[in-house]
Amino acid sequence: MKRIFKPGLLIPVAIIVVLAIWPLLSGNSASSREAMFTLIMSMALASSLNIILGYTGYVSFGHIVFFGIGGYAGFWAITELGWHILPAALLGGFMAALIAWLLGLAVLRLRGAYFALATIGILEAMKALVINLDFLGGPVGLEMHFSEYKRYGGPMESLWMVYWSMVFLAILVTVVSYYIKTSKFGLGLMAIREDEDAAEVMGVITPRAKTWAYVLSAVFPGIIGVLFFFKNGNIEPGDAFRLHFSIEWIVMIMLGGAGTVLGPVLGGGIYQWLRKTLLTSPIFKDYQLVVAGVMLLVIVLFVPTGIIGWLRARSAKLRRVFE
Amino acid sequence: MGNVLFTSAIDGLLIGVIYGLAAMGLTLIFGVMDVINLAHGPLIALGMFGVYLLFTFLGLNPFLAVAIVAGLGLILGVIIYFIAVNRVIDAPPLSSLLSTFSVNMIIIGVGTAMLSTSSYNVDYSLGTMNLGFFKAPGARIAASLVALLTTALLYLFLYRTRPGKYIRAVANNRISAELMGIPSTRILALAFGIGVMLATVAGGLIATILPINILAGGSYELKSFVIVVLGGLGNPLGALLGGLILGLIEGIVPVFMKTTWVPVIEYVLFVLILLVRPQGILGAKE
Repeated sequence: MKRIFKPGLLIPVAIIVVLAIWPLLSGNSASSREAMFTLIMSMALASSLNIILGYTGYVSFGHIVFFGIGGYAGFWAITELGWHILPAALLGGFMAALIAWLLGLAVLRLRGAYFALATIGILEAMKALVINLDFLGGPVGLEMHFSEYKRYGGPMESLWMVYWSMVFLAILVTVVSYYIKTSKFGLGLMAIREDEDAAEVMGVITPRAKTWAYVLSAVFPGIIGVLFFFKNGNIEPGDAFRLHFSIEWIVMIMLGGAGTVLGPVLGGGIYQWLRKTLLTSPIFKDYQLVVAGVMLLVIVLFVPTGIIGWLRARSAKLRRVFE
Repeated sequence: MGNVLFTSAIDGLLIGVIYGLAAMGLTLIFGVMDVINLAHGPLIALGMFGVYLLFTFLGLNPFLAVAIVAGLGLILGVIIYFIAVNRVIDAPPLSSLLSTFSVNMIIIGVGTAMLSTSSYNVDYSLGTMNLGFFKAPGARIAASLVALLTTALLYLFLYRTRPGKYIRAVANNRISAELMGIPSTRILALAFGIGVMLATVAGGLIATILPINILAGGSYELKSFVIVVLGGLGNPLGALLGGLILGLIEGIVPVFMKTTWVPVIEYVLFVLILLVRPQGILGAKE
């Protein structure tokens, strides 16, 4: 029980919890709930990607493919088979994990830029394939009838249910991320990141460790995909497999600090908050992509370790608090 | 049937040469400095709009405009190199992937704000060329010839001139090249500039035959990835071959099945080649 109260885990969870109850405290709860949903979803997605990207050092550029696969699997189960959202979400996570496992066996042999390119190829192949599958609605995608929400007590209740599920998932991802980082398994992953050949010599069974890291980083985007598209009411290939979206997750990780537990949580929050501010500001409305680009460039060139990495490097006291 | 197949194949090869040219820019940069330029697509789009603007507002001949765009592309490439790439040239691949992607975001951001994402057209025609057994728009044939000419010039440059030889030396072994007195940073910048130039030239040529928009470069970027992997990352001649193969696939596959299956085939091929033969078709076994 003692480990639960480590600040390295407590701080990111506290951040998520405080943001999660914000809509209850503020008056205008519907719009702040939507804002917080985007924020918390980004944190969860960035934290998941961080497992393979930050800890293991494998740049999964097309990671959104698992979000799309899970989303499609769950959405299909809800609309075509009439499943409840809960088993559908689990199915989404399972499908994403299964495909990550199968793909991982093959593509995780590639290193560096080759792996990054392969993940882009997989994403585009999957998108092109889904466009051709008629039972998934082809290029138009699938739509959910509005009456589907009645099952959960109406649209309002459904939205809140999805919201709290997302909060739960975000906390779960953070806990998993923390336990990976502080475990022997995580140590193996970080050894792979630093020097894969050396890690292998030191007794890390690298193919197995990498595959597990890939599966773990895929399962949560799969589940989140189901929640997101259930809330959306429709799913289409363009939304489910948007390369740009998954690169945003990488930006969030880099902003907060790759390979840290708190980094993706912080980065996801800051990025989405900044994006929302820019989108609503009259001056930057048209140029939000430019601002994000400049921000990314500055981080990559001058603060490659991100906010948390930078803070950790500055003082030993912060190193003990931030994980 | 035979005739349809033949015409589609020629059509595919004609556009394939231009794909190959675009991919050459990507593969040259990778071959010399191990950087995958994720700003490749927007740079192709800039080439398109360079030709469009010069043609529409100055009334220049599109092929003359391509030459001007090439010069501007070279300068732009050198600038991008010094701003975004030079600092991360020795960092792990993630850094250069992200820094070039940030350039991508900046170009697309400015581009969409100024040009919106609607479609533009270079209204230019060279009539139809009729060779009896085969008909094609003249502009398409001219564009393909320019692409071939550019490839030939690139080879002359790389193999017959001193800066070209420097580039190959730096690609081979940067440290030894430096020991021989080659100013490696300047050569890297030049190589990056040439890579960007090739992308913009390809974009300019595409603009003479197809409608364009600021996001159109993205799909050519993905095609370039497929091509460079087919031909072997870092191998310009392989890129030309890869371009021809991709063009053939795009020309012939729609004869047999729905056009929407073309990208499925392309990307599956891409991933398979990465897995089975990452050095590409022309590459030697390691």
